[in-house]
Amino acid sequence: MSHHIVQAENLAYTYPDGNNALKNISFLITHGESVAIVGANGAGKSTLLMHLNGHLLPGKGSLRIGDFPLTKETVHNIRRSVGMVFQDSDDQLFMPTVYDDVAFGPLNMGLPADVVNERVKSTLETVGVLHLINRPTHRLSGGEKRSVAIATVLSMSPDILVMDEPTSNLDPKARRRLINLLKSFKHTKIIATHDLDMALDLCERTIIIRDGEVVADGKSIDILNNESLLSESNLEKPLRFQGCPVCGV
Amino acid sequence: MDLLSYQDTPLHKIDPRAKLITALFFILTVVSFGKYEISMLVPFIFFPVYLLTSGNIPVVYILKKILYVSPFAVMIGVFNPFFDQGVILQVGNTGIPGGWISFLSIMMRFALTVSTALALISCTGFNNICFAINRLGAPKIFAVQLLFLYRYIFVLAEEAARMVRARNLRSFDGKGKGIKTYGPMLGNLLLRTINRAERIHLAMICRGFDGNIRIMKKYKFGLRELLFVASWGSLFLLFRFVNIPQFAGNFITGLFV
Repeated sequence: MSHHIVQAENLAYTYPDGNNALKNISFLITHGESVAIVGANGAGKSTLLMHLNGHLLPGKGSLRIGDFPLTKETVHNIRRSVGMVFQDSDDQLFMPTVYDDVAFGPLNMGLPADVVNERVKSTLETVGVLHLINRPTHRLSGGEKRSVAIATVLSMSPDILVMDEPTSNLDPKARRRLINLLKSFKHTKIIATHDLDMALDLCERTIIIRDGEVVADGKSIDILNNESLLSESNLEKPLRFQGCPVCGV
Repeated sequence: MDLLSYQDTPLHKIDPRAKLITALFFILTVVSFGKYEISMLVPFIFFPVYLLTSGNIPVVYILKKILYVSPFAVMIGVFNPFFDQGVILQVGNTGIPGGWISFLSIMMRFALTVSTALALISCTGFNNICFAINRLGAPKIFAVQLLFLYRYIFVLAEEAARMVRARNLRSFDGKGKGIKTYGPMLGNLLLRTINRAERIHLAMICRGFDGNIRIMKKYKFGLRELLFVASWGSLFLLFRFVNIPQFAGNFITGLFV
């Protein structure tokens, strides 16, 4: 299957206030790839993500997601194939109960009730939080919220998963559980993050963005080991590549 | 209160619409009495007591909540004893002024209606009440507003509490705590709220939101619901038009004559 691709060509975007957030972004992400998008604060990661779900439309250049170039007309189709997990789960979980929230997307897609019911249960099972099904969303812990947020997106069976800082604010165990969960997904994954260790675990490919431009695009293991490149982009090597604090090796 | 609504008693299983209609009818009949009525209000206690016991809701918990909001009711009735000094009831040698009677009546109505409303939420869940409101024909936007209000009031309160804490930690000797800082803080909170609203809206349209919130129907308005509404409704009418306490009093005194 070659159609779950994400292709940006000379993508540029300027905000109405004149902030030139994206200058020249080009990349091709093919089906099943798992790509980390890293960069300093204000490098343009969020703006790029906003394009991937069609919230912003390209100012210049083009973005192609699946079979569709991103335009006003195709934005609905694109939103069906791209699942977006937000950084703050409270933004994503707006319905009163976990069940209603996970059912929200499938119901909007017009699926019949029994299919929706089935999907809600199976996706909650997949992310391992089936026991929360009838709980009110505002009473979940941070880790539970994140898992449910991912389920709300999975229930729409997207081809491409886009995530903004999926490991932020999670305790180490919850973070590890999430990494293992994401590892088990076969979707095309695009993950914007500062957690470079997670990037190393999950993504075979890394794209570094600096000042709205792609400065590096290649194998994670090479890029995340390149000290000068990382430091120019306000980044640091993943902790695993850094020396032991006791013996210094 | 939410957690109480996730129990599984027969009362919880009744369609929220039936409970909502019954509770509204209850409130309507309770407030329809004349202002000096006390004795006829007494039998109405049955309904909240029924909700609390069969809904397995801790009574003390509800009583505490009633106590929290009672100042409002007291404020409404507190001046009655001063303005209305005419004696309308004679107990032994002391005459009780009408103001005290109407004050007591207000407090009883308050306790009855508020306990019923709280018990209703505890045995139904706020979100189910919103759906009931919607399915009973209230405009969708109204129900959705209520739903979102309830969902995000906690988030907003937390955000506000964080801001207040941050300010307190950097205020010394009363400096910085004045009314002056409240303006900017409120403005800031509003801006944050707008930002969050934008993000939530984005999250919604990402999942195909088109202006309609679709909810799976979990309840059915069947015979059980009809019976619930009809039996309680007719009981309220009976309490409203027949003075049961007087009847009972006459009956008991009749035994000794």
